[in-house]
Amino acid sequence: MKPAAFDYVRADTLDEALAVLAAEGGDARIIAGGQSLMAMLNMRLARPKVLVDIMRIGDLDRIAEERGRIVVGAGVRQAKLLAWSELAAKLPLVALALPWTGHEQTRSRGTICGSVAHADPSAETPLCLIALEGEVHLRSARRRRVVAAGDFITGMMNTARQDDEMIEAVSFPIRAGNGYGFREVARRHGDFAITACAAIASANGIRLAVAGVADKPEVRNWPDLDGSALDDALNAFAYELDARDDIHATARYRRDLVRQIGREVIMEARRCRA
Amino acid sequence: MGHPAATPSSATAQDSAWIGRSMERVEDAALLSGNGRFIDDLGVRPGTLYAAILRSPHAHADILSIDTMAAKAAPGVAAVLVGADVKALTASLVVGVKAPVECWPIAMDRVRYVGEPVAVVVASDRYKAEDALDLIDVRYAPRPSVIDPLAAITPGAPLVHDGFPNNVASDRHFSYGDPEGAFASAAHRIAIDINYPRNSCTPIETYGVIAEYNVNDGAYDILANFQGPFSIHAVISRALKLPGNRVRLRTPPDSGGSFGVKQGVFPYIVLIAAAARVAGRPVKWIEDRLEHLCASNSATNRATTLSAAVDATGKILALDWDQVEDCGAHLRAPEPATLYRMHGNLTGAYDIRHMRVRNRVIVTNKTPTGLNRGFGGPQVYFALERLMQCIAVELDFDPLDVIQRNVVPSGAFPYRTAPGALLDSGDYVKALELGASSGGLEELKARRAAARAEGRIYGIGYAAIVEPSVSNMGYLSTVLTLAERRKAGPKNGAQATATVSIDPVGAVSVHISSVPQGQGHRTVVAQVIADIFGVVPQDVRVNTEVDTAKDAWSIASGNYSSRFAAAVAGTVKIAADRIAARLKRIAASHLNVEADDVTFSNGKVHSQSNPDNAMPFARVAALSHWSPGSLPDDVGHTIRETVFWTPPELAAPDDADRINSSLCYGFIFDYCGVEIDRVTGEVRIDRYVTTHDCGTILHPGMVDGQIRGGFGQGFGAALLEEFAYAPDGSFLAGTFADYLVPTATEIPNPVIVHMQTPSPFTPLGAKGVGEGNCMSTPVCIANAVADALGEKNITLPLVPARVRALIAGDEPPAPAGVTTQPRSRKPGDRGLQGEGSAEVGASPQAVWDMLLDPNTLQAVIPGCHSVEKVSDTHFRAEVTLGIGPVKGKYRAEVKLSDLDPPHAVTLSGSADGALGHGAGEGRITLVPREGGGTTLTYKYDAEIGGKVASIGGRLLDGATRVIIGQFFSALAHRAGGGGAADGAASGLRAWLRALFGGAR
Repeated sequence: MKPAAFDYVRADTLDEALAVLAAEGGDARIIAGGQSLMAMLNMRLARPKVLVDIMRIGDLDRIAEERGRIVVGAGVRQAKLLAWSELAAKLPLVALALPWTGHEQTRSRGTICGSVAHADPSAETPLCLIALEGEVHLRSARRRRVVAAGDFITGMMNTARQDDEMIEAVSFPIRAGNGYGFREVARRHGDFAITACAAIASANGIRLAVAGVADKPEVRNWPDLDGSALDDALNAFAYELDARDDIHATARYRRDLVRQIGREVIMEARRCRA
Repeated sequence: MGHPAATPSSATAQDSAWIGRSMERVEDAALLSGNGRFIDDLGVRPGTLYAAILRSPHAHADILSIDTMAAKAAPGVAAVLVGADVKALTASLVVGVKAPVECWPIAMDRVRYVGEPVAVVVASDRYKAEDALDLIDVRYAPRPSVIDPLAAITPGAPLVHDGFPNNVASDRHFSYGDPEGAFASAAHRIAIDINYPRNSCTPIETYGVIAEYNVNDGAYDILANFQGPFSIHAVISRALKLPGNRVRLRTPPDSGGSFGVKQGVFPYIVLIAAAARVAGRPVKWIEDRLEHLCASNSATNRATTLSAAVDATGKILALDWDQVEDCGAHLRAPEPATLYRMHGNLTGAYDIRHMRVRNRVIVTNKTPTGLNRGFGGPQVYFALERLMQCIAVELDFDPLDVIQRNVVPSGAFPYRTAPGALLDSGDYVKALELGASSGGLEELKARRAAARAEGRIYGIGYAAIVEPSVSNMGYLSTVLTLAERRKAGPKNGAQATATVSIDPVGAVSVHISSVPQGQGHRTVVAQVIADIFGVVPQDVRVNTEVDTAKDAWSIASGNYSSRFAAAVAGTVKIAADRIAARLKRIAASHLNVEADDVTFSNGKVHSQSNPDNAMPFARVAALSHWSPGSLPDDVGHTIRETVFWTPPELAAPDDADRINSSLCYGFIFDYCGVEIDRVTGEVRIDRYVTTHDCGTILHPGMVDGQIRGGFGQGFGAALLEEFAYAPDGSFLAGTFADYLVPTATEIPNPVIVHMQTPSPFTPLGAKGVGEGNCMSTPVCIANAVADALGEKNITLPLVPARVRALIAGDEPPAPAGVTTQPRSRKPGDRGLQGEGSAEVGASPQAVWDMLLDPNTLQAVIPGCHSVEKVSDTHFRAEVTLGIGPVKGKYRAEVKLSDLDPPHAVTLSGSADGALGHGAGEGRITLVPREGGGTTLTYKYDAEIGGKVASIGGRLLDGATRVIIGQFFSALAHRAGGGGAADGAASGLRAWLRALFGGAR
């Protein structure tokens, strides 16, 4: 379990990191907290030629409110966002979900943007970003662009990021008055979610996002359904996610969880709606 | 719980005994401050090389060729060994049964489990060694594999070893008393079928070996974190083709845990020793976690059918055991010991006079098994105690009543069981009462009633077991027939060793060959010595490292079968008592009193009747060094005393196959209340009570620590842990993300109740205590779940999805328009199937021509570097496949077969690379549509094995679909179509739409 040889660049500025990406393209890989990538390197699942460490780039370690959005820089560790005093007020869903991401130890290293870039289908941060209609701010030496979270994650560990791009930040819109619900089922707390459900109740109705079942977080928007109409909607969603078996759960179990905890989080979100 | 800390170590004199007190462990300061000395912390000789091991990705395959040329030429590489190189220097490891079967530490011409060593690279550092592993080119021809133990003994099953017909290594029948008569006359026959799963205790420190071959001496010097039993030393030296005195085996000062597992390092001792001999330099190997989980060792899985003849009152008259023990791919020493360790106590805690046993030892394509905490107990008691619960349910008794009706009665000890165990001491009836009252059983029953009244799912489970300790080295010969035993010669006993030494300033040192793995042996030995010599434990130095070239040891030395407190600590007492008797005579001559009047306390040797008539202990103790001439005649010396102790109760199996398989038998009575979450199927422990009688308690804190540790591992076995295999033998739990070990967060705090009935057979009255909850807890929790659900068929681990399947009704049907893919049926199955159809505008002939166009196929294989055309329907390619950052190079083959133009074709592909191997086959059918165009249906089946299956099981199906999707997406792109695919089905549709003009 020793990685194959690679070059290591500790970038001091964003331009330096982007220059390496421009030169090396797909052979380079950004390393931030390293909580997924280091394991993949050690098991030789990933063999990049160059690792670009961005954690010394000072500007990236930033949580800011800008134009009605919370912007989280690429250097922000999960523990830092979780400890941010305004998190529960500004982003209640993230405050509910983030404690389920790994453990104290991994959160103290892992980053918010790294989790989005990695795009694990069970991960809580991409789930929240998609549920909240957040955005991914991409940057390359050539250009900047902003991609809606739902378009950014294209599949299992696959994103719309180009080889010369890095995530500079992600941003979450602040929506006053909405209610939120979150629940996750995992074998042990901190394990990869078997199913995680996030619900948002707004004036327009309900929005349910599910991770851990399909290849990426999936979302449905419904009016304020109740009773059997809600059951039917959840049942259809559960089947549409095309769940699979693995050693930890069956497809049927995952569908059951979508139906049951999906309903729970929707009810919870409605209770919390202003 | 709540034991007061010891007095500070500042040598506080005291009169009461040290034994029985929870004094601070002498080991802990170093361990807690990062100063432990584990094998990987110890320095190595200059010039030491580092080994890495290439392992089989297949469960069963012939090795066609191994090309090591590129690896040997790689930078820093000193040697590359394959099976033939090892065979040239070593002999096969001994196999525990008589059969024409060999057992090597590395595959010879055939691999038999995922993770079996295939080649060893020795290089200047581990990184370079692993770089070179990537350059070794092994060609395999996969064979059918066999994973399930009952499937393995079905006629026609693939054979793991040609020398084990029907995969059976041993098949023995035993009969004690008159089981036929008892079953014939009994009112009821109640039976249960059990499949006990595979798991392990997963120590945090993995295997490590540092080996060196001294050409001049013709001898090996080996440091390994081996734990015993040292009977294995004979196995190692025989494999290295040297007498034992040329195989020096040493152990490091500290161990990062073992729980039995470190016994399994021995094949690697042989392998790394051979590598050191070839390299001509010392070689160090530290196992990594993937290697450890995949290929180190496992407890056995076992299929058991257990029947009981029961009378109308619930009294068991006879048992009938049929055990099929799965030892994995090789029968490694000391297997089949897991099966026979419990043989004498197969009647459990019960007074059952008639018993029939059939024991089959079988092989499958899984990791070979070995020592693991509980060793045979979890498997036996899961069947026996589940059966007790079933008897209660079927006859409508309270389960505890059935237990009480059957336990060995008070006053019957020592009690000889039907299969020969001599249950040394205890009062099971009283322990049941104590446990029930102290743990609050009635309150727990009230909680169950209240929960059920509210519609919640709540159950109570029980387990009453005996916990054997101090194994009889002769129990394993029960696997041999009487004739075979007579030929082999007697084996029995359990030689424990201890050496007590006194230096010239009167300081006491002790050496024991017990190889502790974190338990605190040094502390307890110091307590024993302190009480005998009247000194403080902190002044006693205890060394537990073993050096077979210098230390007193026997084949029974080591850390296993919970033998420390009962045997080793007792042997220390015997050795110290002998020196103390001589010191008394010496002191008597100086104090001018009778030796009987001399006693030791507070650092002094003094007259009991006149305590002021005293000498410092150190002065008396040192006289042997400074003034041997002044000692009384014939007293001898007091410098060093080595004692070998074996209890006479441990005899060889008798002619009727009766065997006292262990020296001591503790008693455990567990019960628990569990609640099951109706939505998630999660099992929550409401309360767990565990009552122990382990004889005299030497250190209450450590005893409770052992109970908690065993409980945690039993809890894990019940709810979380499984070495899962796919039906094709792929290993699915190669990381701690898939092999789930409970942490402090998950493990509830058990209520511990103690009772002490000293063993009459051990010097200190102590019995083992460390393994009991590994035996009792899994079945106790299972019984509670059975009670909660009213379900007989309970299989571990109690994965929430599995539990929920028992309570969930029919699933709501899928709404119209949503199709579900057929999937594999149970957790662990990994074959990926998919099917679908599409309607396209082109005619079947046009589609057919497209499918058979080699240029199209060549261009659309994802990540293709080069293509070699073997024939019109067969291609070889070098490809890079991956998901996100996970990428690997593979050798791919694509074939078209069963051509039925223009109606159907089979497209099959396989890929083989360092990250794993995969194979898939798809049948594509073309049917003309009315009014033109084609309906194309496809159905595929894919399987992935090797490293990616071991570490990425959670994502494997999805990843496979993505890669199949990449293939079709590339086809679409090649044909001028657009649209990235997000899955195989939509990818294929997109491709077909692009190719032929989709009709929808």
